[in-house]
Amino acid sequence: MFSLIRDTLLSQAVTLWRVFRKLFVKADTVQYPDEQPYMFPRWRGRIILSRDPDGEERCVACNLCAVACPVDCIALQKTETEDGRWYPEFFRINFSRCIMCGFCEEACPTNAIQLTPDFEMAEYVRQDMVWEKEDLLIDGTGKYHDYNFYRVAGKQVAGKDKGEALNEAEPVDVRSLLP
Amino acid sequence: MTTMTEKTKVEIIIDDVAYQVNADSNLLQECLSLGLDLPYFCWHPCMGSVGACRQCAVKQYRNEEDQDGLLTMACMTPVQPGARISIADPQAVDFRAGVIESLMISHPHDCPVCEEGGECHLQDMTLMSGHNYRRYDKKKVTHRNQYLGPFINHEMNRCITCYRCVRFYSEYAGGVDLAAQAAHHHTYFGRHEEGALESEFSGNLVEVCPTGVFTDKIFSERYSRKWDLQTAPSICTGCGVGCNTAPGERYGELRRIVNRYHSELNGYFICDRGRFGTGYVNHAERLQQPQDAEGKTLDAETAAARLREIAGKAIAIGSPRAGNEANHALRKLVGEANFHGGFSAAEQACMDEIVAFAGDPAFHNPSIREIEQADAVLVLGEDVTNTAPRIALALRQSVRNRAYELADSARIPHWQDAAVREIAQHERSPLYLFATGATRLDDVAEASVIDTPSGLARQAFALAHRIHADAPAASGDGGGNAAQLDQIAEQLAAAKRPLIVAGAGNGQVELIRAAGNIARALHKRRGNGERKPLDLCLLTGEVNSMGLHLLIRPENSLEAALEKLASGEAENLIVLENDLYRRAPHARVDAALNTARTTVALDLLPNRTTAKADLVLPVTAFSEQQATYVNYEGRAQLAWQVHRNHSAARPAWQWTGEFAHFREALHDCAVSAPAMARLVEVLPDTSHLPGGGKLPRQPERYSGRTAMKANLNVHEPKQAQDPDSALAFSMEGVPARRDATLLASPWAPQWNSNQSISKFQDEINGPLRQGHGGALLLERGAGGGFHPVPEADEATGIELTPARQIFGSEELSARSEAIRKRMSDAYVAISPGIAAGHGLTHGAAVSVRGEDASITVLACVRGSMPSGVAALHASDREIDFHGLGARVSLAPAAGDAAVALDRGLGELIVSDLAQGS
Repeated sequence: MFSLIRDTLLSQAVTLWRVFRKLFVKADTVQYPDEQPYMFPRWRGRIILSRDPDGEERCVACNLCAVACPVDCIALQKTETEDGRWYPEFFRINFSRCIMCGFCEEACPTNAIQLTPDFEMAEYVRQDMVWEKEDLLIDGTGKYHDYNFYRVAGKQVAGKDKGEALNEAEPVDVRSLLP
Repeated sequence: MTTMTEKTKVEIIIDDVAYQVNADSNLLQECLSLGLDLPYFCWHPCMGSVGACRQCAVKQYRNEEDQDGLLTMACMTPVQPGARISIADPQAVDFRAGVIESLMISHPHDCPVCEEGGECHLQDMTLMSGHNYRRYDKKKVTHRNQYLGPFINHEMNRCITCYRCVRFYSEYAGGVDLAAQAAHHHTYFGRHEEGALESEFSGNLVEVCPTGVFTDKIFSERYSRKWDLQTAPSICTGCGVGCNTAPGERYGELRRIVNRYHSELNGYFICDRGRFGTGYVNHAERLQQPQDAEGKTLDAETAAARLREIAGKAIAIGSPRAGNEANHALRKLVGEANFHGGFSAAEQACMDEIVAFAGDPAFHNPSIREIEQADAVLVLGEDVTNTAPRIALALRQSVRNRAYELADSARIPHWQDAAVREIAQHERSPLYLFATGATRLDDVAEASVIDTPSGLARQAFALAHRIHADAPAASGDGGGNAAQLDQIAEQLAAAKRPLIVAGAGNGQVELIRAAGNIARALHKRRGNGERKPLDLCLLTGEVNSMGLHLLIRPENSLEAALEKLASGEAENLIVLENDLYRRAPHARVDAALNTARTTVALDLLPNRTTAKADLVLPVTAFSEQQATYVNYEGRAQLAWQVHRNHSAARPAWQWTGEFAHFREALHDCAVSAPAMARLVEVLPDTSHLPGGGKLPRQPERYSGRTAMKANLNVHEPKQAQDPDSALAFSMEGVPARRDATLLASPWAPQWNSNQSISKFQDEINGPLRQGHGGALLLERGAGGGFHPVPEADEATGIELTPARQIFGSEELSARSEAIRKRMSDAYVAISPGIAAGHGLTHGAAVSVRGEDASITVLACVRGSMPSGVAALHASDREIDFHGLGARVSLAPAAGDAAVALDRGLGELIVSDLAQGS
């Protein structure tokens, strides 16, 4: 009985001491939004579509992000330029469904779709959370600066003929008899 | 290779498990039949083995003690009783990984921008064989692409040189303008120069190519991945064959058509009209709202009420391109006595005869698989390549039966493709053509008999008499070559399974009667012991010509309907999905439409008939509704609804208000038309579905569900319900993994491409595991007798016959953008003699004058045509073909007339264009 009273009092004293000590420690609270927290580059926030180092749209409308999306909140339609470059006619993300899982970024074979360290996406009207390509497409390369899908892939586009992609030989002359 | 005779089974041991397999097969085919995963590229179920790719290596052991075994190509190794093989052996696995790695060294790293991605056999096999990263650090071989026409994209860098494309295109389909060029790692598959692929079956390259060298250009313009396409089992509506197809829809548009396997009909292949001819579904001019004569939009309920209001005093004209339910609902609405067929006079006569023969126990109407087994074929007047292209492809296979015979005698198995071709050289089973000129089957034909349509009929009657004396004789051999007719008679009589082909395509009823006489003569000539029914294949013109004919009374022709209207016997007219101006002389149609008090037209695109109608009701296209169609064999097949139409258009049976549900319409049709009694058999048994659940139309990985309509409203609408079928407009439900008859797009774990169909077949090339869809409706009744030889026609003038074109002759496909790129303009094909006599040159405008009409078309001078015949192709021009009558005269037209016919004749693929013209 006595030991129980002693332990309780002691515990309360320790607690009081600890709280008292905190009076002299720097506060953890951040005065958001007056003070902005540091966001890590790989933080999974607002989704953007980036451009390649030449300033062209990176997205080739392959649909892999859409199929990887667990909540099916990405819809797009492939179309093609005159010279054969694929790009999305429309690209829509319903951010009111998005769970910021980053699967789309992992699936993207061209580094086009990227998650950014921006989480300030609240809206008063839910309809405003539906973003189209115009809203998503940025002017830069995002996190990945050098990759240019069409410089690697064998498909011919304007400014890159057959045989000019990474590791490619000159196109074969079918009529030649040389080995 | 495709024969379905009783097969002997033997036991082999694969990875220490004993299996029963077919004795006359190879190891790869049997492994796949058993459902085992063994990678392959060059082998194709329909084209046998050539052992080109080395991907299907397995370990084979001599006996139980043998621990080492030896590597062998499964596709080239015959099944031997007691054989012991291993797929999982580490050395075999390693070898296959090495093969795929070397096949991939020049692959261009462009899957994201490849139309094949996601349904690519190469992707599947690469994963299955365990290849991940490219270790080869030398340069990749690259190739320049070719322009191959409006249908097919070429991306040669993706090629793995399996040779499937040329084996299909030239060896299977008889194309001459695609070949393997150059050698070793420079091998190139293309044309000698850029240009449209000529073959009518070029679209199959998309499915035959295991990777993305040949892809669907039309689909690519409005592209979606396979997993994003809402799909349902459907039937091609391009002709009377009824090939099974799988249309795919995304964002409310019909995106593409691919083949859907049917073991008795189309197998693995469809024609280009079927694949590329459905663009009309997305046509900007589709009728969307009910309209009155002034073009004012009516609301659906008022319009439907008006239809019912006038129905009491109306006659109705049905449609051979509408389903049975639509035709039957209209028949019920106006009463059987007032329901008329929508055939032209000539086609009606042909259909009467075709249906009569279909009930004759002496004959059998063969399926495509049976056509491939014929060892002597006679084609009477029908230009099969242009009226029923898939049948022409089957006839091409039938001539190989001689090769298989020779192979049997040398004990070469049928699947040893190269060896069978080597031993056969140019030996072929006989195929004889009776035609009005060169056809696209000439290269495999033993001989062609060229004459005017009436001349062909007389010669055919003479041929029947030569086969059996009971058949009436035509005077003077019908003007034919006696020695040639004798030879044909002999070959047909000597054949084990002869086949006679004719059809309604050229509107010559005498040719169909002559075909009947020849088949009957052959049947009589056979000994009593082997009096099997004789194969008589009579082709019907449109997807439901047969179904419509089974629903009308014999006297209720289109002619009779127009008569009743013009004479005032009937007051109102209801026209179902039919442009009457394509079926009857324009003057007669005008007279009937002008006298009718109210004309109601139900159709999906505006045409000359809807323009004259007082009320136009929009109907759904084939992919937007459920319907049954009856093909040339009398096989009723169900085409499921693939997607919804968001306008006021509805199926015609719904407009009539006779039925609330599709099943009611179908059941009532089966009950009230005796010939349709078996129609109910086309409905699948869905009792096995758990909890009365539904089957999804969308694949499990259908993407964008919560975003595709979010621009309209972020609150997602409720999934559309389908009360009329076992399919759901969603990805929810139990996928039709086991019931292949309900499965539009095959998929199996690790098998994303169409090659996964082997997982659903009983055995390779066999029926799907749950049987095939469709019910044969026609019963054989009493036999008939020989037809008399028609009197020789003494009339003078040039005989007029229709010229059919795969691209342009079918009404709806001719309004598809893709098909229009390959369509020629309206032309009249004539012999060089007639052309010279009338001062006409190839491509010049010519005025064709007939009984009640005169038209202007382009002259097409063809070297092989007989004089005295003019073959008229109307293309999509508003030409009064039926007003011309049976005989015409020709004259050069004014010089500027050709300018209006601006599509020209450049797209025409014929071998006999007169030189220098």
